[in-house]
Amino acid sequence: MTELETFRTETRVWLEENCPEEMRGSTRGEEDICWGGLRWEFRSEAQKTWLQRMASKGWTVPAWPQEYGGGGLSKDEVKILKEEMRAIKARSPLESFGIWMLGPALLKYGAHEQKLHFLRPIARGEIRWCQGYSEPNAGSDLASLQCKCEDKGDHWLVNGQKIWTSYADESDWIFVLVRTDSTATKHNGISFILVDMSAPGVSTKPIKLISGKSPFCETFFDDVKTPKEHSVGVSAVVGEINRGWDVAKYLLTHEREMISAGGGGLFGGRGLGEVAAQDVGLENGRLADPILRAKIAQAEIDGWAFLLTLERMKDEAKSGQGVGANSSMLKYYGTEFNKRRFELMMDSGGSDSLEWEGERSEDGKLARSWLRTKGNSIEGGTSEVQLNIIAKRILDLPNA
Amino acid sequence: MPLVLTEEQEMLRDAARGFLDEKAPVSALRKLRDSDDATGFDRDLWKEMAEMGWAGILVEEEYGGADFGFVGAGILSEEMGRTLTASPFLSTSILAATALKKIAASSQKEEHLPKLAAGATLYALAVDEGRKHAPSKTALFAEKAGNGFKLSGAKTFVADGHVADKIIVAARTAGAPGEEAGLTLFLIDASAKGLTSNRTIMVDNRNAARIEFDAVEATGGDVLGEVDGGYLALEGVLNAGRAGLAAEMSGASQQAFSMTLDYLRERKQFGQSLGSFQALQHRAAHLYSEIEMMKSAILKALQDLDAHYGMAGPICTLAKAKAGEVAKLAAIEAVQLHGGIGMTDEFDIGFYLKRIRVAQEMFGDSAFHADRLAQMRGY
Repeated sequence: MTELETFRTETRVWLEENCPEEMRGSTRGEEDICWGGLRWEFRSEAQKTWLQRMASKGWTVPAWPQEYGGGGLSKDEVKILKEEMRAIKARSPLESFGIWMLGPALLKYGAHEQKLHFLRPIARGEIRWCQGYSEPNAGSDLASLQCKCEDKGDHWLVNGQKIWTSYADESDWIFVLVRTDSTATKHNGISFILVDMSAPGVSTKPIKLISGKSPFCETFFDDVKTPKEHSVGVSAVVGEINRGWDVAKYLLTHEREMISAGGGGLFGGRGLGEVAAQDVGLENGRLADPILRAKIAQAEIDGWAFLLTLERMKDEAKSGQGVGANSSMLKYYGTEFNKRRFELMMDSGGSDSLEWEGERSEDGKLARSWLRTKGNSIEGGTSEVQLNIIAKRILDLPNA
Repeated sequence: MPLVLTEEQEMLRDAARGFLDEKAPVSALRKLRDSDDATGFDRDLWKEMAEMGWAGILVEEEYGGADFGFVGAGILSEEMGRTLTASPFLSTSILAATALKKIAASSQKEEHLPKLAAGATLYALAVDEGRKHAPSKTALFAEKAGNGFKLSGAKTFVADGHVADKIIVAARTAGAPGEEAGLTLFLIDASAKGLTSNRTIMVDNRNAARIEFDAVEATGGDVLGEVDGGYLALEGVLNAGRAGLAAEMSGASQQAFSMTLDYLRERKQFGQSLGSFQALQHRAAHLYSEIEMMKSAILKALQDLDAHYGMAGPICTLAKAKAGEVAKLAAIEAVQLHGGIGMTDEFDIGFYLKRIRVAQEMFGDSAFHADRLAQMRGY
């Protein structure tokens, strides 16, 4: 047996023994996700057990190094772990912005002490992080952000406002892009700083979206004092001071990849044609509405080609041929496709799809999802920004 | 299988690109057109291609071929798409080679494949009878006569039909037009009595023909595959052709796009490069994204033809549908973004618009394939 085969067998046995029965079965929605954090209330004893067991193996973040709380697994091993988890329908033990965003940023740009201090609590689900990027006047033009961070000798003084901070009202810490040099050109005076949200002067306010409730918040910083070092040798700033834009750009690329992959993932499950066949019915084996049928067939063609492109880009990256800026292409295409897909689902559902409350519609599940997809092509950089990036970085077209 | 080319396949691509840029650029097609060349392609060039193993790219080595698989054939199609090279590659080396390889009896293989791989014999596939692709509507009838058949009817849009030595023709031996059952494939000598081939010069200046069959005699030995059960076999061959055409359109689109980007960078209006205008940048960036989607679908189709030939119908339909749409977009945008010069015959971009129009129509346009995909998926 090869090493990987042995790993697969051992993993299968371990999962079978350790994954509680209640933690198997597809994730139905927000209520089944474990976010962790200081204020987290486990939905069940099983959720807690599952998190603790997985964290003890480092498998909440299987690819991270073991010294930082990860599993130290190779790419192939991570793939096997995921496959084996899928095979028994094991739910993810922990989701968080710490895992998706801050972790990768620290692993790439953080000092060893920062990694030791911050990564383990993320891996164990003890500290919940949120992201402070956009501001009311810095959306697509993120680098024009104004949240001020002044050097006061032994501490930083933060003043300003962030917007679209997901789950800020439930998070313990925030990673924030701040302006540490207002005299430098706009990309050069930005730093990436870590702030404890329990510090005096930090406050949050939820934002209600067109889809109803949402995880988004506004986050305010009023004379927030943040120590220069959160612990001995653990700087509050990730990367160099005034070079935070590098970290931000890296994370934006990372975020785009996640969003575009999500667009592909959403395509799973029942196909559009299948949904429509049930909604509007068939006549002589064809969808009763011929124009809708044509539109759906076109969309399924584009959706399939998109999934294959995700696959091809992954394979190209593996073989070292990848073009980094292609994440912008995938983000653009995937999110625009997802909007189109939900428009077609709404068309197919007719007046039923317009219901907003009540059991029959699961409180307007489709209508709310449809509305939510409108944000896909805005968050993480708008479609227009992605097209700008493609034009400049891939197509080498000149600046205006 | 990873969705990337192997090192060997990349080498084939690089070699093909170098050869075609030197020997068969767009100017060669222009010359063929301007000289009213009766063949429609350069026979000497075809000979050179055959010597490099291109004619027999799909043919097994035992019959003198290169046996490079459908991915290899697609690479050559794509590169010929870049340069709009006129050659009998699609009809002989993809369509006929696939038919002979997948359907023919071993005696037929022994007779035909070595000559095909050597580029010595040219083939054509005659399927369509009406203006839109519809293989099941085949009406050309092969009446049983003694030990053989007599074929009567007409075929249209037969690529290389006027120069081919042999014609593979889809005929009805049973059932009625519209039915999939009852089709039979025949391999007929182009010089057979009662067969008349008329070259139709198409908008892309490439070859096609209308072929009339007036009681053309065929023997049982001329049948390819099963009598009455030829539809599935034909579908397989058409799938290979669709993937090949899609690859050709991909090459043509990429080249037209690349020429357009060059133009956007160089051309100045209002004191600045056209390429600096955001309205044009966004159109270019969108087209780039679509071209990438098309490339993925085509590579997967070619790989699947190699790996699971009998199951490749849906993915080939995806490739042809997507390529048809994207290539049209690429050609239309190329002309528009070139402005006035794009409308002139002197400039090459118009040749791309024309070839893509023909290629997207052949063996099913995007609407045909979208409909087919919907049917396959049960709606």
